[in-house]
Amino acid sequence: MGRFTSFTAALFIALMATAPLFLNAYYIDVLNSIGLYALLALSLNLILGEAGLFNMGHAAFYAMGAYTAAILNTRYQIPILWTLPLSGLVAGLFALAIARPVVHLRGDYLLIVTIGIGEIVRIALINDVFGITGGANGVFGISRPDFFGFVIRQPQHFYYLIWGFVALSIFLFLRLKQSRFGRALNYLREDEIAAEGSGVNTAYYKLAVFGLGAAWAGMAGTLFAAKMTIISPESFSFWESVVLFMIVILGGAGNMAGVLLASFLVIGLPELFREFSSARMLVFGLVMMVMMVVRPQGLLPARGR
Amino acid sequence: MPATWRSFPFNLNYPGGFVEEFLQQLTNGLAVGGIYALIALGYTMVYGVLKLINFAHGDLFTYGAYLGLTLLTSLALTDRLGFFMGVLVLALMVMGLVAVLGAILERAAYRPLRGSPRLSAVVSALGASIFLQNTLMLIYGARFQVYPDNILPVASLDLFGLQIPLMRVLIVLASVVMMVALYLFIQKTKIGAAIRAAAIDQGAARLMGIDVNRVILLVFLLGPALGGAAGLMVGLYYGQINFTMGWVYGMKAFTAAILGGIGNIPGAMVGGLLLGVVEAMGAAYLSIAWKDAIAFCVLILILIVRPTGLLGERVADKV
Amino acid sequence: MDLLTLHHLTKTFGGLTAVKDVSFSVDQGAVVGLIGPNGAGKTTVFNLITGQYRSDQGEITFAGARLNGLRTHRIITLGIARTFQNIRLFQQLTVLENVLAGCHYRMRSGILGAMLRLPAQQREEREAMERALQELEFVGLGQQASTVAKNLAYGDQRRLEIARALATQPRLLILDEPAGGMNEQETGALIGLIGRIQARGVTVLLIEHDMRLVMRACEKLVVLEYGGKIAEGPPDQVRCDPRVIEAYLGADDET
Ligand SMILES: Nc1ncnc2c1ncn2[C@@H]1O[C@H](COP(=O)(O)OP(=O)(O)OP(=O)(O)O)[C@@H](O)[C@H]1O
Ligand SMILES: [Mg+2]
Repeated sequence: MGRFTSFTAALFIALMATAPLFLNAYYIDVLNSIGLYALLALSLNLILGEAGLFNMGHAAFYAMGAYTAAILNTRYQIPILWTLPLSGLVAGLFALAIARPVVHLRGDYLLIVTIGIGEIVRIALINDVFGITGGANGVFGISRPDFFGFVIRQPQHFYYLIWGFVALSIFLFLRLKQSRFGRALNYLREDEIAAEGSGVNTAYYKLAVFGLGAAWAGMAGTLFAAKMTIISPESFSFWESVVLFMIVILGGAGNMAGVLLASFLVIGLPELFREFSSARMLVFGLVMMVMMVVRPQGLLPARGR
Repeated sequence: MPATWRSFPFNLNYPGGFVEEFLQQLTNGLAVGGIYALIALGYTMVYGVLKLINFAHGDLFTYGAYLGLTLLTSLALTDRLGFFMGVLVLALMVMGLVAVLGAILERAAYRPLRGSPRLSAVVSALGASIFLQNTLMLIYGARFQVYPDNILPVASLDLFGLQIPLMRVLIVLASVVMMVALYLFIQKTKIGAAIRAAAIDQGAARLMGIDVNRVILLVFLLGPALGGAAGLMVGLYYGQINFTMGWVYGMKAFTAAILGGIGNIPGAMVGGLLLGVVEAMGAAYLSIAWKDAIAFCVLILILIVRPTGLLGERVADKV
Repeated sequence: MDLLTLHHLTKTFGGLTAVKDVSFSVDQGAVVGLIGPNGAGKTTVFNLITGQYRSDQGEITFAGARLNGLRTHRIITLGIARTFQNIRLFQQLTVLENVLAGCHYRMRSGILGAMLRLPAQQREEREAMERALQELEFVGLGQQASTVAKNLAYGDQRRLEIARALATQPRLLILDEPAGGMNEQETGALIGLIGRIQARGVTVLLIEHDMRLVMRACEKLVVLEYGGKIAEGPPDQVRCDPRVIEAYLGADDET
């Protein structure tokens, strides 16, 4: 890491750690949403940015995690944070099961199939499959998270929970990036035939990264359920998948700092321009186009590009 | 998709019983499928030449529906020219306008990104889509817009004892005519050959003296024109339109294009018609609540069996 | 002793028979050249060996194991490594990361090991790094370890591909036109490199159009034309074979 990068990182961490001291509840809430999206985008970045697999249905895995947590909590009174590993597991296994037959498809085919999976999951939730998802109304009455006796309820408490999880994820993903597993994902993205021809089991890694990314999205889903105390299919629409996709590409696929920056821009800016509610999405679309034209490699491209 | 059917309710108790209902569903499916196919052609032609998923194509379709509504009410074409001529002139105007929009879109959002990573163009396309949708929302408002129902005939056509709504017949006919015309244009004319050549290998096409930029422009005129016509058809068929409907129709049509084998023009037609029929049948006989999931289930099943779609070529990647 | 044997191999693409009933074998420790005019089916033979394509008929055995039907990465783990005619590097990654791909299958650690930085994982990473650097030194790219692959000169890219292949510690190395695009000086160095690879005990099978390289480096040549084998034997003998001369003269007319 260069001097400048380290300095920026340190400044960012210091600002984020102390933000609740000088920001009011509204802004903290905005930061919480940014944090959740950042977490989701980081998990999508593994699949889309690192491994180069076109996934535009990430909201499906997010939904699996959120619903697992919500159902376990409301039906079996399992403390919401305890469901975290289980939500991750359910979302991950679900991803493995559905990715298995389709993950070998060529880029754009995989894109539309993942869109389809996202839609199928959403429609299944609306139709109350197995009679446990609460249909269009969703699941409500999810209890507040309880952190060793400390009940998390205020935005600034959630702030530390969410951003703590983001920090942990970045820490772990950075380690992953500098490992055999992380490199294998990059080989996959760069040239699948060369990867296989160098002895990398590409089919295995495609599945594995789907499972891992989905598991992380599932855990983000738990945090979301805990924060909202009520979840419904609307929160997991195609739009969410599109936003996550845009964050990853805009940030610079494969670069976590870029993904983080893009989360702030894509989620934060429209929040700040709430007053101009009617025109703000129009501007948002325009800005997306312009940004891609100006910086086709993303805001902070991964090294080498 | 609007759940309310204005001129021809969906769940009539068909006096003719099962066979009649089946035929009604089949013709309805063909009409919807024709609409899907027209939109799918735009996706597939652009993809063929540029390897780009034009995510804003669904919104051009929506513009067709809105432009159709505005022109229909403001110019009173059907009053002046009679129903058939009026609608024909209207369709031509809508197609022309949407085609121009398509060309502008190509200039603004895609041309600067040629040669950039493919996903950047995808994000630019998504941005364009959001922009187009919200422009419509600012102009027309977020609510459903309704085509005036006094202009359009509610008549039915008697086909061997089967009462089929006139509009449905017209839509099937019009979409078939457009598809055949496009097919002949692509297969029989020199310009069509240039489009095919550019789709196979842009570099080689350029060496052969084909102006690839003009081919791309042409594709961005033709595709949106057909998409705009499809938008008008939806307005006329269902009577209700909404500024977000491009996403649902766009996704279905793109599914159809993939189903047929993306880049393959007859594939898009077959895929669209198939999807329309399967969806209509599924909604009628399986479950209306799962209607919007049916298309994707079919897609996934077919891709598992045939990874390149129904008519897509199976080529071993050259190593 | 035969290390690799091809038995009556046939491969068609649609109506085109790219490889027609080809049989030959490669002795342990040898350097064998596969030559023939453009489109003769040489690359297709390589793709059949490493499992990128499935043969329609025939059998391939390597060190006693049947390769037909195995996935490519499995074939690599059995001890065959390859380079590609159209260089296939991981363009955006560094030279070192490219070579580490070759070390991949001999390593074990997965997601957890990486996230927790377990001691076994750390050791493995260190060893892989050393091995990769060694291979880079071996092909003469030791100084370029942190360069991004796409920024390498063309000849260096070819050598990097060889280093990546060698990092798998293969018994058989197959090279598809390793001198393609190289100047005379680089080709000379390449001949030396092939000699040193052979000296390591690695068997080499290569496709090459550069006849000087083939004549100097190979002990045996196999000649293909229109998918079929037309000659096989030591370079001096093959060079005088009338069918080979005709095949090459015929090809010369076109070019
Ligand atoms: N995946 C494929 N699909 C269709 N045809 C193929 C494929 N791969 C190779 N061919 C055809 O098989 C024939 C042999 O090709 P191959 O690449 O093996 O030739 P080659 O001997 O390596 O030629 P060169 O010296 O030009 O590299 C050619 O006609 C080629 O077009
Ligand atoms: Mg070759």
